[in-house]
Amino acid sequence: MTNKKIDVLIIGAGPAGVAAGIGAKKQGAENVVVLERDWDLGGILQQCIHPGFGLRTFREELTGPEYMHRFIQEAHEAGVEFRTNTMVFQIETQPPLSKGRGTAYGGGVVPVKVWTMNKERGIECLEPGAIVLTMGCRERPLGAIRIPGSRPAGIYTAGTAQRFVNMEGYMPGKKAVILGSGDIGLIMARRMIWEGAEVEGVYEVMSWPGGLRRNIAQCLDDYGIPFHLQTTVTKIHGQDRLEGVTVAKVDEKMKPIEGTERFVECDTLLLAIGLIPENELSRMAGIEIHPVTGGPVVNDLLQTSNPAVFAAGNVVIVYDLVDNVSDEGLIAGTNAAKFAAGKLSPEQKRIPVKGGQNVRLFSPQFVTGESDTIIYMRVTHPIEQACKVTAEPGLYTQKLRYARPGEMNEARIKASMIKANPDLKEIVIDVLPL
Amino acid sequence: MSENLIEKKFICVSCPLGCGLTVVINDKQEVLSVTGNSCPRGAAYAKTEVKDPRRVFASTVRVKGGRLPVCPIRSKTPAPKNKLKEIAKAVAALNVKAPVKIGQVLIHNVCGTDVDIVASRDLS
Repeated sequence: MTNKKIDVLIIGAGPAGVAAGIGAKKQGAENVVVLERDWDLGGILQQCIHPGFGLRTFREELTGPEYMHRFIQEAHEAGVEFRTNTMVFQIETQPPLSKGRGTAYGGGVVPVKVWTMNKERGIECLEPGAIVLTMGCRERPLGAIRIPGSRPAGIYTAGTAQRFVNMEGYMPGKKAVILGSGDIGLIMARRMIWEGAEVEGVYEVMSWPGGLRRNIAQCLDDYGIPFHLQTTVTKIHGQDRLEGVTVAKVDEKMKPIEGTERFVECDTLLLAIGLIPENELSRMAGIEIHPVTGGPVVNDLLQTSNPAVFAAGNVVIVYDLVDNVSDEGLIAGTNAAKFAAGKLSPEQKRIPVKGGQNVRLFSPQFVTGESDTIIYMRVTHPIEQACKVTAEPGLYTQKLRYARPGEMNEARIKASMIKANPDLKEIVIDVLPL
Repeated sequence: MSENLIEKKFICVSCPLGCGLTVVINDKQEVLSVTGNSCPRGAAYAKTEVKDPRRVFASTVRVKGGRLPVCPIRSKTPAPKNKLKEIAKAVAALNVKAPVKIGQVLIHNVCGTDVDIVASRDLS
């Protein structure tokens, strides 16, 4: 094996991975390698060619490729090594981690092996000092929702269609129906219009939109695209090619209401029905996955159940904004570098975070109090009135005009407050009407 | 006092917050008040949205000899909303040769709008 020792190995060169590389280098790690299965860097932002990225980080709205360009440049300048066209196909960890947890490590002694494949380099087994999982997320496919009818051509996830149009130069069809109101679906509605296609409407089974309000405004309202809440596709029609769908209103239990069915002619159905963190590798590595987020259980250092393995970005919890993904990548990379150098002490504290009555989805799940931290959360349903984000007991409170599932909320926890409270047993986060 | 005041509501697209703005305008299309915004950008957005609504246009152009068949482009600055269709057609008609550099101007003063169309990625 001709390999030099890798201090921090990062899996995936999207926004989280590139930021993790920068974070690890800045923390002083010597050899930082980011693996990427695509031929180019940037991950999904390569195909997100619309503006709206990085307002918080750069004070201007960039397109996805522009946002990544800046981070990739910074990573190159920092000396991060990228290996493209490289697939990770296995991660091995040693089992006695649970026993030793919190006491046995300090200096990259927890063995992790990462098996990779690349056309030129062949199959390699890398044994880094620490790894950062930044594989992002995937779209929920048609198979995740059971729609009766045929399975003709013309049905794509919105992201697949986005790749076709924005990177491969194909149009998926001429007349589209969009099911689900996630941001990618809304963005693709406008994109289809700009490419000369028709968009019959966007259908959302819930009583609230999945995506950001501004995307409803600038992607649908601007072009007069009808948006139907509490409505879903109940049947797919067509033999070889999609010929249309049946849509129907749904009741509170999300059951189609008889008599409300309507046939909509279309040759394309785009699905924007949610994103799922992509954790095949994490599971393989025996990392504990959270049942609600679908991502690794992490502490505020973004350390997973294996102390040598860190995770950041949409692989942990699906964020609204890439700025947050980059921030988390930076934190994970920094801590992974500390771990690899033996400078990250075992958790002195491991305070569990619990969701209150209106919050189920949140991350991180544990707080060590080693650094200031942000707990990201989503409310379970819209709260259309003045409310407040809280972290009890008395750790944080922030007033809001409203809270909506499509727009993440944050609780900022100061390390000093954790340290000042030695008897703290748990942190309860919630969003409560005032 | 006999002025006809019109109230308009729209959602601010300046940032992900998406504030619901209420704008009061008089019959001369002058903005008298903006409420509902959380920041000065919202007030500025409301004013341009009434007088001269603009959006950043983003699409792709055909590329010859590149690693990808298309290259993403954007309007460098927001373009007039009522010209977007025209701009889309001008962009669709364009063919460029690789390599393309990020920020490279591909169409100067597109459709007489004083707005430039630039490449938004490097493409070798």
